[in-house]
Formats: sequence, structure tokens, C-alpha cells
Amino acid sequence: MTTSIAPSTPEAIEDSGGLSGEFRGYLARLRGGDTGSVPAVLGLIVLVILFTILQGQSFATKGNFANLLTQSAPTIFIAMGLVFVLLLGEIDLSAGFTAGTAAAVLGVLMTQHGVAWWLAIPGALLTGAIIGLLIGMLVALLGIPSFVVTLAWFLGLQGVLLLVIGEGGTIRVDNSVIFAIMNNNLSPLLSWLLFVVVVGGYAMVTLMAAARRRAAGLPVVSVAVIAFKIVALAVLLGVATWVLVQERGSAGASSVFLKNGGTSIKGVPIVVPIVIIFVVLLTFVLNHLSFGRHVYAVGGNAEAARRAGINVGNIKIACFVIGSTLAAVGGIMFVSRLSSVSPQTGGSTTLLLAVAAAVIGGTSLFGGKGRIIDAVLGGLVIAVINNGLPFITQEAGVQYIVTALVLLLAASVDAIARRRAAATGR
Amino acid sequence: MTESTQTTPSTTAPLLSLRGIQKSFGAVHVLKGVDLDAWAGKVTALVGDNGAGKSTLIKGIAGIYSFDGGEYTFDGRPVSVHSPKDSNALGIEIVYQDLALCDNLDVVQNMFLGREDRSGIVLDELTMERRANETLKGLSVRTLKSVRTKVSSLSGGQRQTVAIAKAVLWNSKLVILDEPTAALGVAQTEQVLNLVRRLADNGLGVILISHNMNDVKQVADSVAALYLGQMAAQVPASSVTTGQIVELITSGRSGDLGLQADAREAVA
Repeated sequence: MTTSIAPSTPEAIEDSGGLSGEFRGYLARLRGGDTGSVPAVLGLIVLVILFTILQGQSFATKGNFANLLTQSAPTIFIAMGLVFVLLLGEIDLSAGFTAGTAAAVLGVLMTQHGVAWWLAIPGALLTGAIIGLLIGMLVALLGIPSFVVTLAWFLGLQGVLLLVIGEGGTIRVDNSVIFAIMNNNLSPLLSWLLFVVVVGGYAMVTLMAAARRRAAGLPVVSVAVIAFKIVALAVLLGVATWVLVQERGSAGASSVFLKNGGTSIKGVPIVVPIVIIFVVLLTFVLNHLSFGRHVYAVGGNAEAARRAGINVGNIKIACFVIGSTLAAVGGIMFVSRLSSVSPQTGGSTTLLLAVAAAVIGGTSLFGGKGRIIDAVLGGLVIAVINNGLPFITQEAGVQYIVTALVLLLAASVDAIARRRAAATGR
Repeated sequence: MTESTQTTPSTTAPLLSLRGIQKSFGAVHVLKGVDLDAWAGKVTALVGDNGAGKSTLIKGIAGIYSFDGGEYTFDGRPVSVHSPKDSNALGIEIVYQDLALCDNLDVVQNMFLGREDRSGIVLDELTMERRANETLKGLSVRTLKSVRTKVSSLSGGQRQTVAIAKAVLWNSKLVILDEPTAALGVAQTEQVLNLVRRLADNGLGVILISHNMNDVKQVADSVAALYLGQMAAQVPASSVTTGQIVELITSGRSGDLGLQADAREAVA
């Protein structure tokens, strides 16, 4: 209470503590209910170790690792969209069927109307955007709780899917470009180039930001902490890239890979750079644009945002549009993965898993707290569970129950963190 | 919008001057010809019982409501204020009792909310952090360790400080504080009152709404007492005792101060 805020005083400069100081700072934030990415990363590590010990010969294979990454992509995209909606403290229960409807639009346009893929994809995205616009307007302008609005859309879009595709029907989509999104890989050279660009880009951005802060005389995180993060990222992505550039064509080939004609399969799946591009872009929007700041403000205290001159309604509508458009991207991923669209596309547990992914990653159900990377980390946790459990038990009932328990666990962590934050806030 | 014609505000001419303000909500006549003056460099305490019309009056000054009648003069010019944007443009900032801060954002993000500094379309965090530091330093605030602390982890007094700093960040001329000490402990109340005094000493006009007579006597230069929608009296704080202020609040008059009998009957 007695320290000055002037940057010249030693107490205010936070780089004096170095790594241990940063660690103490993290513990303080943890006590205050700010858990960050740690629970999701720890969960991921524990699950991978667990499945490797129990069923290593099936789970911990090169082919399954690549499979796991592509499996998680649709969930990750829908979850990234849900992060925007959850940040407002709202929910979108129709995101799964928005993905399904966008997939159906893509399928119908390409197969029944002969539209080229580069026109069909914008068509599918536009479908998502329009759905989001309508949901957002109902929530923001009429003031209907998003829970009810999107529950109605959940049912309505299910009906649309049935009408468009026909009961029990399936639309096959045979297009090499659409197929490539989820099933083709970067060449080993391009894979390593991706690794260099991602790690180098991260290093450059964090170091330059620190340098600018130092030049402006503002407190900076110590170089040791930044270096630790860069090295950790490099090691993690380096190992992953190294595993993925190994030949996985003949050994442990799943049905998806056999479709490639049993030829050589190696490299990072194409969907990985697509996810990375979206993560970077959307994180930039949330952290470095006024719009993103206003999204957090509306989620934290809508009345304060309104008094600050922010158009709360427009922010809500924009978030629903972004959420549904990203769900539509997830829908395109479904089409690519299955090469077909059915009335079940985007149904079943799709939405639940996407919500679980966002929450497991650390996005709060109460609004105001969440990051895009949460969707990726949570999506990977969900993919590992979904991918590893069938090796242990074929019982669908057990798989549902385990996934439900993980979701409840994540939601409990979220609720407890919120109570801790309220308690330390005095 | 309205440019100041005076470079140095005179201490005699009021910064804000209201004359004969009327405001009704349907059949309820809330403000019945209220006069109020506030000077640059002075703290004007606005006191009154619940329902006396304090909130309506300051919301009208802020432009959240439009007054039905009366003169609204700011910086020597008659102005019309019909939205919060109008009052902000004049340099009037209000710190509401509930502070309107976002718990999930840090101090800098809250202070610049809705008016962020940008370079191009990208948020200019460095400039905002520097300006926040400068503003807090200018107010001699020593209770905040880092301006990158989230508001959720601040104490009540610190939050009040942030809300006030947010109000003075925008070259404001008049800051209106709605019961800034109502929820605070003794030490924090002292900190906030010192801050209020410093605002006035820095040349700003301050209107302080308070129910606490100790606060009023400690920092106010002028006391304005509202009684059932009428201004009972606006007098220099040094010329009245705490007892007289309480009488003005509860009965609208104290000795020869305040509303005369016929006016009070008209009210009743």
C-alpha cells in the first residue's frame, strides 16, 4: 500500500525477480483464480502418459498422433467461435448444427449445383455468418436469453438439415481440394519451414514487445522468462514436427490413410497451419484491437461498457456472427474429413465437446475471461480422450460418462476460480 | 463543443451554474426550480435526504436525462446537454457509486475503456500505460503497485481511485463524485477524501455527493442542500455547522437559512 506507482522505484519493476519472481507472480494469480493454460496443459500431459501406459502400442503411434490432430480440428474451430460467445457470458447451443448446416450448403452447392469449391466455401461461411447475425439480433435487440434463442436454432437447424439432405440421406462430396484440407500433409521441408516460422515469429513478437516496453521505460518481464517460453515452445513443436515428418504410410495406417493408395504418408497435416493462422488472427483481434477490448468489457461488466460509450448490442451481434462463421469453418472440416454430409453432421456430441474444449482450455462460462488458445488446448484434450478411450473400452456408455465427467471437472475449476477471484478481490 | 473563453478560471464566476432547473417524471415533479453553482478549484458538496433529487440532478447535468426547464450554464456559456457525449465534450465526468469498472480488465484498460489510444487500428498499449501512470502520479496516488493489475484484485479504495483517475484523464473540468466513500473503511475514506481535495487543488471543479457530514466538513468549500426537489440553501461550508447542515437536509431550513415557510408549504 505504500509503494509508488512511479516506474523508477524498484518495487514497480517486475523483472527484478527473474524466473522465480515470475513463478511467485503466477502463484499469486492462481490464488486469485486466474488459472491460465496450466490445467489444460497438465491434463493433456497426464492423459497422454495414462493412455501410453495403458495402450501404448495403439495410442502412442505416429499415425495416431497425426490422426489425433486432424480429429481435433472441427472441435477446435467450433470452440474458437464459442470463445467469442462465452466471453460475453452468452452461450450458443446451435453451433454444432450451424456447422452441419454450413456443411450441407457446401455439399449441396458442389454436388447438386456444380459450384466450384472456391465459391462453395464462401457460401458455407456466409451461411454461418447469416445464422450468427440472426441469433445475435434476437439476443441483442429483442433481449431473449441466448440459451433459449440458440436452443430454438438447435432444433430448427436440425430440421433444415433433414429437409436439405433428406431423411437418412447422405451427400457425397468428392473434391480433391476439400478432401486435402483434412487428409493431406505438408512436405517434410514445408513442415520444418512451418516450425521455423511459428517459433521464430513467436520469439520475434515477444522479444520486440519487451524491447519496446523497455524503451518506453515501462516494467518488463525478464528475458529469462521469455527465453524459457520460447525454448519450451521450440522443444514441444520440434518434437511434434519430428514425429510427423517420419514415414507413417504403411505402419499403423488407419482407413483414412489407406485411401491415399497406401503410398508414403509423412509431414504435418495441412489443417495444422490453417488452425495456427486462425489462432494468430483471432488472438490479434481480441488482444490488439478496440473491438476485442470491448468484447472483454461487455463480458466483464456490460453496464460499465455501455457507460463507456460502447455499443453493447453491436458487440454482441458481432460475436455471434464470428462464432457461427467459425462453426461453419468447422463444418467444412467435417465435410473434408468424411467426404460426405448427413443429417447427423454436427449433431450428437459435437456441440458439447466444443463447449467442453473451450471450458477445459480455461474460458469461463461466466463471461469476460478466455483466449483463443484455450480452444486449441481444450480441443486437444478432448481429442486425446476421444481418441484414447476406444483403445481401452469399446463401451460407448463409458466413453460418454468419462467425457461428461471431464466437462464437469473443467466447469468446477472455472466456478472455483471465480469464487477465489471474488474472495481475493475483497 | 463549447470552448472556454477564459484561460484562467476566475474563482468568483462559477464553472457550472444551474438556475431554476425543472424535471418531472410523468406526474412526479422531482426538481422544482433548483439552483446550483460549482467553481473551479473548489469542492461543492451536494447533500440531501433519499429522494431529495440528488441523483436526478446529477444525471441531468451528465445528460442522461434532459431537464424540462431552467438555465444550464457551463464556463460562462449557456449550453444544452442532451446526452452523456455532450457533457463529456464539455469536460464533465461523473464517477458513479457503483464505479462502473470491469473486474476482468486491468487499471489501464479500465481507464481508457471506450476511448482507447490507437496507432492505426492497433491499440497503443505503451502510450495508454504511460498516460495512466502520469495521471496517477499527478494525483499523487501511491496505493497502486502496478497499473497492469486487474481491478478484481484491488481494494474498495483502490477501485475508487481508479474510477476517479479515469474521470480526470480526459482533461475534464468538472468531476462529479456520487458517494465515493460510502462503502469504504476509515483509512480508505481518508485516502479518497485526500484525493478529492487534490482534484480541487489541481484546479478542477468538484461536486461531491455525500451522506457523511464528516466528509462534507472535511473537504467541502461550499455546501448545497436539496430538500424535496428544492435547493434549501447553498452556503460556504465554513459558515455552517454540521447541525445546521443536518437541519437543512431534514427540514429544509435552519434558522434564517433555507426555505421559507410558504415555500415549504408549497412543497408539502
